[in-house]
Amino acid sequence: MKRKKLTPQLKFEAMFKYITASSATIVLIIMLLMFIQLTYNSRLSIEKFGLNFLFSSSWNPATHEYGALASIYGTVVSTLIALIIAVPMGIIIALFLVEISHPVVSKITGNAIELLAAIPSIIYGMWGLFVFAPFFADYIQPFLINNFGDIPFIGKLFQGAPMGIGMLSAGIILSLMILPFITAVTRDVFIMVPAVVKESSYGMGSTTWEVTHKVTLRYGIKGVIGACFIGLGRALGETMAVTFVIGNSHLISASLMDPASSIASTLANEFGEASEPIYLHALMQLGLILLLMTFFIQILAQIWVGKLKKSMGTGL
Amino acid sequence: MKSLAVMIFSLIFVVPLAAQVKQINGAGASFPYPVYSQWAHAYHNAKGVQVNYQSIGSGGGIAQIRAKTVNFGGTDIPMKEEELNEAGLIQFPTVMGGVVPIFNVKGIKPGEMRLTPEVLTDIFLGKIRTWNDPKIRKLNPSLKLPKTKITVVRRADGSGTTWIFTNYLSKVSKEWEKKVGNASAVQWPVGVGGKGNEGVAAYVGRINGSIGYVEFAYALTNNLSYVQLRNREGAYVRPTIESFQSAAANADWNNAPGFYMVLTDQPGKDSWPITGATYILMHKDQPDTATASAVLDFFDWCYKNGNDSAIKLHYVPMPESVIKAVHDHWKNNIKVSGKGVWK
Repeated sequence: MKRKKLTPQLKFEAMFKYITASSATIVLIIMLLMFIQLTYNSRLSIEKFGLNFLFSSSWNPATHEYGALASIYGTVVSTLIALIIAVPMGIIIALFLVEISHPVVSKITGNAIELLAAIPSIIYGMWGLFVFAPFFADYIQPFLINNFGDIPFIGKLFQGAPMGIGMLSAGIILSLMILPFITAVTRDVFIMVPAVVKESSYGMGSTTWEVTHKVTLRYGIKGVIGACFIGLGRALGETMAVTFVIGNSHLISASLMDPASSIASTLANEFGEASEPIYLHALMQLGLILLLMTFFIQILAQIWVGKLKKSMGTGL
Repeated sequence: MKSLAVMIFSLIFVVPLAAQVKQINGAGASFPYPVYSQWAHAYHNAKGVQVNYQSIGSGGGIAQIRAKTVNFGGTDIPMKEEELNEAGLIQFPTVMGGVVPIFNVKGIKPGEMRLTPEVLTDIFLGKIRTWNDPKIRKLNPSLKLPKTKITVVRRADGSGTTWIFTNYLSKVSKEWEKKVGNASAVQWPVGVGGKGNEGVAAYVGRINGSIGYVEFAYALTNNLSYVQLRNREGAYVRPTIESFQSAAANADWNNAPGFYMVLTDQPGKDSWPITGATYILMHKDQPDTATASAVLDFFDWCYKNGNDSAIKLHYVPMPESVIKAVHDHWKNNIKVSGKGVWK
């Protein structure tokens, strides 16, 4: 049987298919190559320190003893602070914009928040160092240190000198940076909750509060969590803004007032001067750890969202 | 016919032009960057050759020259003769300068605070934690010292300035040498890290109760308070171009193989104790004569014409005898396929 000659239309269809498929494959290949490259370029450090790299907090370029614990700790804690502040605030703002505010107010505020997302991170860093840090050091930190520093247990978090820079400052700046993402995505999710569902709830005599937390929030929970993970992803890898305000010290301290360092800030600071191979490989391994962290968090997020969907019967 | 004429014309005029170097590239230490950029600008005006110097840090400078991506590298950390030979490099000093402890304590003016090497080390080790510590009060009976906590500010990145500073602390304190050591980046017992001299200057300017160290020019341009430091003769000295010169005068360059010279903690009543030289690195085996002589011509021009601008920026120019030794060093070592470049 002779094969039918393809019409130009079908040819185009086939080409279109190839282009889309290859574009998608390129992403996967780049991802894979990144893993391979990072692992290969950190082999000296992996060989020398092994698993100890993850549990050692020493970072000594003079004797070439490297451990990632301080940087991992700084990354995790600063991100946690950012999420603790930004997630509730983002959800509350989104609820206000969708459920409560006048449409005009909602539009203006919504646009303003989206503009906040467009500010480059270096601007946040400079603003953090030159405007926020002095204010924080003069007014907020002395208050925290004087009022909470002596409380047993919790007090440990608020001891030290009011420098304006440190773990807490980095967390707060990060929270400002991820707030617009969380708000914008959450708002879009809430808007998509069908009016019928909400109206039927109102019709049964629910108050605004009852509708928001029993209907809107429940209905959109998957999208809200997705928004939080977008924020989390940005906070984990944020470099410039954090480098400006975190204080860049490889020490693990209980106090949130003390300087710390994150993986991204360590890389930003030390790459240029890392001339010894082992130093360079240790930094590469830090990069690998950051990549793995974000990777596993994404996977966990997917699993979690899947489970939530079953247990809460969300709509989106 | 016309095209042939154009071809001959271009052969005569364009080919010789291509052999003349229009641009040379260097990268390295940030400590001498202010003076190198001034020199490069003046040299460009005088000779029409563009000198690009990227201030990426001493470690970066060494790495870049090893990888041969630049024509010359800059470093504040002198390389030992063995290391130089191993890498096929030569080094020569260009200028000297001072590293200065700076502080920010409300109500205390530049040069009012006196510190000894012991107290300075204890502060950077985190043993002295407040400004009204008896050890600091004893040295400064006339000052009203607050009970503010001391915040140590140091470099977050690797740096030649840190190398000079920790070299000094290692010389004056056995404890520092054992616990922390001397390197371009160390494991600091305490403190906040700023990126670059600018970063440290910015943090010290911001944080009340802070103390840090920067190259002298950064202390002046940022209006920061510097300390008087006791030198090994027991005299308190201020950081000035004269006190750097006094320290530099001690350097016995003729007995420094490969120009390896550390200028910290030098004798002399007027000597500033934390002084250092900054170096240029070049490959002994150069790929082509034109580029090699362009680089050498630039530094020769700087030695001859750059002293005023160096002094204005608070660097100490190299003495005449050293420049002569550098010239000899060039003549004997820099070669293109075995033939000397510098005449």
